[in-house]
Amino acid sequence: MANQDFEERQQTQELGYDPNFVPDSVKSFVVHLYRHIREKNVYEIHQMYESSFQTLSERLFKDTPWPSVDAVAHYVDNDHVFCLLYREMWFRHLYARLTPTLRQRIDSWDNYCSLFQVVLHGVVNMQLPNQWLWDMVDEFVYQFQSFCQYRAKMKNKTEQEIALLRQFDQAWNVYGVLNFLQALVEKSTIIQILDQEKEGLEQFTATDGYDYNGGSNVLKVLGYFSMVGLLRVHCLLGDYHTGIKCLLPIDISQQGVYTSVIGSHITTIYHYGFANLMLRRYVEAIREFNKILLYIFKTKQYHQKSSQYEQILKKNEQMYALLAICLSLCPQSRLVDETVNSQLREKYGEKMARMQRYDDEAFAIYDELFSYACPKFITPSAPSFEEPLVNYNQDAYRLQLKLFLYEAKQQQLLSGVRTFLKVYSTISLAKLASYMEVDEPTLRTILMTYKHKTHAVDSDGKITSNADVDFYIDDDTIHVVESKPAKRYGDYFLRQIVKLEGVINEMDGIKLD
Amino acid sequence: MGREKETTKVAYTVEQLVAFNRYNPDILPDLENYVNDQVSSQTYSLEANLCLLRLYQFEPEKMSSQIVARILVKALMAMPAPDFSLCLFLIPERVQMEEQFKTLIVLSHYLETGRFRQFWDEAAKSRHIVEAVPGFEQAIQRHAAHVLSLTYQNIPRTVLAEAINMEGLSLDKFLEHQVANSGWVIEKSQGRGQLIVLPRNEFNDPALKKNAADSVPLEHITRIFPILS
Repeated sequence: MANQDFEERQQTQELGYDPNFVPDSVKSFVVHLYRHIREKNVYEIHQMYESSFQTLSERLFKDTPWPSVDAVAHYVDNDHVFCLLYREMWFRHLYARLTPTLRQRIDSWDNYCSLFQVVLHGVVNMQLPNQWLWDMVDEFVYQFQSFCQYRAKMKNKTEQEIALLRQFDQAWNVYGVLNFLQALVEKSTIIQILDQEKEGLEQFTATDGYDYNGGSNVLKVLGYFSMVGLLRVHCLLGDYHTGIKCLLPIDISQQGVYTSVIGSHITTIYHYGFANLMLRRYVEAIREFNKILLYIFKTKQYHQKSSQYEQILKKNEQMYALLAICLSLCPQSRLVDETVNSQLREKYGEKMARMQRYDDEAFAIYDELFSYACPKFITPSAPSFEEPLVNYNQDAYRLQLKLFLYEAKQQQLLSGVRTFLKVYSTISLAKLASYMEVDEPTLRTILMTYKHKTHAVDSDGKITSNADVDFYIDDDTIHVVESKPAKRYGDYFLRQIVKLEGVINEMDGIKLD
Repeated sequence: MGREKETTKVAYTVEQLVAFNRYNPDILPDLENYVNDQVSSQTYSLEANLCLLRLYQFEPEKMSSQIVARILVKALMAMPAPDFSLCLFLIPERVQMEEQFKTLIVLSHYLETGRFRQFWDEAAKSRHIVEAVPGFEQAIQRHAAHVLSLTYQNIPRTVLAEAINMEGLSLDKFLEHQVANSGWVIEKSQGRGQLIVLPRNEFNDPALKKNAADSVPLEHITRIFPILS
């Protein structure tokens, strides 16, 4: 015992804090949280998780970790699952406020393995808030991404770090990560549950994923969010097709459990939209970005106190940048709501005007916006440990950027054609060729490029036109067909009816003396 | 489903492996064989090929350049779908620097920008790559005919000939086939050679596009429900 005390004191001196000191407020926090979890009081759990944890972190653990799990375990009957959950939060707090060491990264991986294994074996009977379950999946993918970035910076690794990387080569291994997410999806049978729900045989969305019949929501909801996790991992790998496929069981044209947590809602749409952008399905990307940006605009005031407010704002800005890219490649501004459009013009109006040109400056802006708004791409493979050690943390990003700019270059002449097409109803090939200062065969290739690039192919091979200005060629005459912006009288009248009702109500409220 | 067969030791099809076991390095040899099957039997599976490229991405030392080249040729043949880009997103840049991949990237660039003349010239110079995959020429011709039918209502024979790289008798035969099977019509135009009338579709005749703009979505109507009540 004396020996142990000595060691602990020494540790305290090295760290500058005592990892085993448990302040009364923390003791009370874990005791209460543990009790609420045992009593399945989701409301109280959510309160403690969302606010008490943040408040305590802010007050006591601004730049030190929470007390170690060993120090709090005896306040919670050494409950195995609770301790795993506590450690998950412990690491999450550490990642957010401090820089994790390699050892801590590995330990956190081990903790996720234990936690997910417990869940997968179905021995968890808790009911946890969606917010918490989402955060688990989100953090799991984040720590994987963070690990890949960290590992790819080989240049400054110490010998000890390299030895650890070699020894624990299974930690944050890409197969492990994908298989955990996939196993959660399969074990939870969430895909079947969502299918059955469509036929009215099961309730999931209606109860926000909670189980009011005494069961646990943990596996089901983790499985559900894991589909979003898979979308994100595949986007980080540059596999956009598979990413979108993983999300397919969730109908994003409707509200669902994914919209019940703002972070999950944003992550889902951000990655879905980005993947569609890379697949050249611009209209789909524009539509979804528009919807979520409008939603954020209307609701962000309610999230000001949330610990995720910064994140929400960051993703909001990134999605405006992605929307600017989409609209520059596919000018369909009528798909964008007025509110979103005015925000967009304010932020990127000038840049978008310059992106319409096709000089180096335009590409510099495409480069800038893409780099600012893209996901943090990763190289999933293990490093070569042979000398000389090189950094490869930028490789994946550079490849995606290069291929994206390549695409933008292939489309560089299209905005020029569009400008001419807009002012003619018919024009001969020869005349347009001379206006564009190219020969006729070249003009024919440009017109075919326009057709090819504005006609997206979906995963079933179905072709849809994304063009605002379309045309056809009859022998050597171009006939222009501008898709008229549908005059939305219905929408206009509905708005006015609501407005009028408001005015009338207001007038009713005024008392005349 | 696929899982239950495990006990009876019925061999999985590759499609099942991809569906139920896609994050497993052990299926790599099956997927490589499957690429060769697709080449010889003139079939195609984007899912399986992306799955293989993903496994290569996880363990680059297992990558076979020859297999990757075949996947890319197959992806070109799937135009106008964006499969070629989808594959490139997963292939490390230093691999893309290899000569044969550079050639394929140039070929894809010509197709993406409607430059069929240059495409056929370049393809002729790289026979060793593209001729290893049966059906290549026909697939690209099919793609060219597709882009033409998006663009033209009536097309001069010479323009068509250049895009699909055919002339004389073989072009006559091709046209005969299209007239019989795809509704093409050949017209003699005044002294300038043949004009081909392509069948109308919603892309070369936008008037055919269905107009759904007049409807009001239900969720907009719901806004006035409280007022109506």
